[in-house]
Amino acid sequence: MPLRRVRFTFQTELIQRPVIYDLGMKFEIVTNIRRADVGQETGWVVLELEGAVEEIERGLEWVAAQGVEVSSLEGDILAG
Amino acid sequence: MSNVQSLRCKECGRDYPQEPIYVCDFCFGPLEVNYDYDAIAKSMSRESIQDGPLTIWRYDDLLPASRDSAVDIGAGMTPLLKADNLGKELGLNNLWIKNDAANPTHSFKDRVVSVAATKAVEFDFDTIACASTGNLAGATAAHGAKAGMNTMVFIPADLERGKVLGAAIFGSVVLVNGNYDDVNRLCSELGDDRRWAFVNINMRPYYSEGSKSIGYELAEQLGWHAPEHIIVPVASGSLFTKVYKGLNEFAELGIIDNANTKMHIAQPFGCSPVAKAFVEEQAHPKPVIPDTIAKSLAIGSPADGYYTVGIANKTGGSGTIVPESKIAEGMKLLAETEGIFTETAGGVVISTLRRLAREGVIGPDEETVALITGTGLKTLEAIEDSVSTKTIDATVRSFDEIVMGRGVK
Ligand SMILES: Cc1ncc(COP(=O)(O)O)c(C=O)c1O
Ligand SMILES: [Zn+2]
Repeated sequence: MPLRRVRFTFQTELIQRPVIYDLGMKFEIVTNIRRADVGQETGWVVLELEGAVEEIERGLEWVAAQGVEVSSLEGDILAG
Repeated sequence: MSNVQSLRCKECGRDYPQEPIYVCDFCFGPLEVNYDYDAIAKSMSRESIQDGPLTIWRYDDLLPASRDSAVDIGAGMTPLLKADNLGKELGLNNLWIKNDAANPTHSFKDRVVSVAATKAVEFDFDTIACASTGNLAGATAAHGAKAGMNTMVFIPADLERGKVLGAAIFGSVVLVNGNYDDVNRLCSELGDDRRWAFVNINMRPYYSEGSKSIGYELAEQLGWHAPEHIIVPVASGSLFTKVYKGLNEFAELGIIDNANTKMHIAQPFGCSPVAKAFVEEQAHPKPVIPDTIAKSLAIGSPADGYYTVGIANKTGGSGTIVPESKIAEGMKLLAETEGIFTETAGGVVISTLRRLAREGVIGPDEETVALITGTGLKTLEAIEDSVSTKTIDATVRSFDEIVMGRGVK
């Protein structure tokens, strides 16, 4: 199964919500948290997603629609 | 002889063997080269450095490969020039320009690629690859040629002519139809199942170490001390973090007394996720879709953005977002005062410098270095509207009329 490494960044309002749990329930995606830091105002989680490519795409779209910022972990491959 | 002990995860500290890998399996943090500093302290001194070649390889005690095996076309030891004219213009009495446009392919990327290519040969790759908005393309193609490797250089099709042809002369270059995201996606797919040395992916831990040499050179050229301020153009943030690391290594080793340099971020308005995070007091830059004439700085999702913001904060530095209209202005100001023609990234740096001087962030007598990282000849399109020339007939009369502005007698 394809793997994808991402970072989710949450603002205050969303920190309480089980977005990652829901992601695993609503989609056929296995989530695996590797690193996290939750502060007073924002929090972030670094995780690995395992699932079919299109399923992961759909899942990430749903996460973004919840107001969570999704970014690729390695950053851009393109360099100056 | 190399002083490398391991690759070490920047986040969780786990050690990995020296291989073409770049991310921690455990926490996905980035891997960084970890050295045996005790051994280095015994072998490295100001004198040993001064006995070395006039390239980045004079500092090979602190690089992940030895000068004996280096893929070397002469990167490094670029001029550090006292910029009295520009200083006068800005009210700065102690201003220096580090002119890295004087590298073999005219940008600081020769430093990083010289190290990446050397490691690629060591790891037995036969192909060296990169995805680039220009400067990295030229540096990779040139070092690939010198190393006798196959090169695979991917660039967006809409890049400036100077950058396309300036890379293509060394070997094959692939123009990709599409935007930044498309090039990124293609190259990450290509990198997954091919045994290529991708300088900015699987070679990244080694590659990025090359930028430390700017920090070492500044210290050496200033007479063995660190400056009070450095202004750095930021794309991924790699250069920024490594200049800082270089100065701090020198201080730790006792080669200089201390490194209390304030590190300043310079980014263009059309792609400023790192400067913005600094200004808004966010730890993690928010990815953006780049839209700037400073194409060499157009990295929307900066891999080292988080570390860059951290260093700017820790050192008492700053973050500046330069309006697009001020980029060519900065290029012109440097050209007219110091005789140095820089590319758009340098225009961003000079405009940042002007702002920091005006706002008193940099005091008149504080020792300041502006990093000029690439040449203006690769980005001629950017200044087309800001310079003017005169054309005359081949007669004295025409000269008098048009150039001297004298009417006919
Ligand atoms: C001319 C120039 N200056 C600065 C940079 C910034 O480099 P970094 O990605 O290390 O921040 C680049 C390349 O990305 C560049 O081409
Ligand atoms: Zn780790």
